[in-house]
Amino acid sequence: MSDKRITADDVVAELRSGMTLGIGGWGSRRKPMALVRAILRSPLQDLTVVAYGGPDVGLLCAAGKIRKLITGFVSLDSIPLDPCYRAARQRGDIEVVEYDEGMLQWALYAATLRLPFLPTRAGLGSDVMTLCPELRTVRSPYDDGEELVAVPALELDAAICHLNRADARGNAQFLGPDLYFDDLFLGAARRRFISVERVVATEELLAAGSVHTLRIHRGMVDGVVEAPRGAHFTECPPDYGRDEELQARYAAAAADPAAWNAFYQEYVA
Amino acid sequence: MTAAARHEVCAVALAEAFRGDGEILASPMGILPGIAARFARATFAPDLLMSDGVASLVDAGGAVEGWLPYRTVFDTVWSGRRHVIMGAAQIDRHGNQNLACIGDPRKPKAQLLGMRGAPGNTINHTTSYWIPSHSRRVFVAKVDVVTGVGYDRAAALGPRAARFHELRRVVSDLAVLDFATDDRSMRLVSVHPGVTVAEVVEKTGFPLSFVEPVPTTRIPTADELDLLRRVIDPRGLGAKEVAS
Repeated sequence: MSDKRITADDVVAELRSGMTLGIGGWGSRRKPMALVRAILRSPLQDLTVVAYGGPDVGLLCAAGKIRKLITGFVSLDSIPLDPCYRAARQRGDIEVVEYDEGMLQWALYAATLRLPFLPTRAGLGSDVMTLCPELRTVRSPYDDGEELVAVPALELDAAICHLNRADARGNAQFLGPDLYFDDLFLGAARRRFISVERVVATEELLAAGSVHTLRIHRGMVDGVVEAPRGAHFTECPPDYGRDEELQARYAAAAADPAAWNAFYQEYVA
Repeated sequence: MTAAARHEVCAVALAEAFRGDGEILASPMGILPGIAARFARATFAPDLLMSDGVASLVDAGGAVEGWLPYRTVFDTVWSGRRHVIMGAAQIDRHGNQNLACIGDPRKPKAQLLGMRGAPGNTINHTTSYWIPSHSRRVFVAKVDVVTGVGYDRAAALGPRAARFHELRRVVSDLAVLDFATDDRSMRLVSVHPGVTVAEVVEKTGFPLSFVEPVPTTRIPTADELDLLRRVIDPRGLGAKEVAS
């Protein structure tokens, strides 16, 4: 059995400028921040990032790493809007493809299943269709003839996610209330990397949670990074909640170069 | 008992949006919509399902009664068994909603929430809106981006694609509005106590339909006020969303 344990810098070494990178989690919840910080310290650039965005997206925007973002939203949850993302958008720094949240799930699921698209009503009549002119509709081949949005498969060059536990082979466990769409980010990606709070023996996985928590198995993972507090300052229950104090400092620092420098030195550098 | 405050009138007006909904997921976005949904469940809509805002369904007594991760929320949205109350940075006379940004969406003047689930919500199930500050900045002739689908956009899709689209009511700090007109444009249903029709018309950036005399929004009964104040919102959080 292969031991897939690697470091955050090993993950970065597998990435290339211009890649399409999926980032798991949701808003300011269970984001792979240790891996994001490694990307921030690297020379990588021109990334197309796919995420239910939080401070991962904000920080990558602030560092000029993102060329294009495909998302349903960017939010810090307890702070509704991410100031770094807002500033990048308002300067016109990045191209953004804004989907309905459910459409983004469908795009990743289609890629996971190797289908060209999946149909849905979500998006019809809204400006998702006008702002994303590449989107097509499809007509049901059955008697109903209904016209639906054909959400195209969104293949990722790589995906990064943070889970609570894994063994050295990449069998991973979420212990919080929601997997979000981490399985689909990994499913849609050619190269799949996870960071975890703790690497444990395979036999120990079921001590922490029921078999239902083992939603990511080793066939879905190429590399495992042990990164205690690797989602901090986003939440990673039950290991820790969101560090609201640090998140507030991040948000406030965005408008003040000196404060930003101090925050960045402490959190990223 | 002191008379009903404006936010209490709004809470009951929002709660009325859920009347008759049965055993579906009520998804209130914001503080007063949350109070309204819990009030509705405690009175005339006892079967409503509600999330704790994380990933659990929680009953009126606070017991966890189910698991509701985001994936199941999306399934519920697309199944139609849901009624959402959303906010809006802008809303037009057809009920098109903008949550995303102000200005050109390619380089916005102000980036807001983004699309979130608004396109999928509005095309799949019943939607109502809560506008805590009724003004021409929000009630606009034309929204900058359509996130939630209005009646004109739904009609353009044809009857089949739009058959699950329903905008039930819009409640603001001044009035209750709906779309029960021949052309499905916004109609003034009632003004809250102390508000004049002229004030609502003046603060709305498009022509409003109404039939005079416009009724006054119903005032919560003494029992309803007692329930709101003692049980549903004992800390008075609802008052914070409405300038009194």
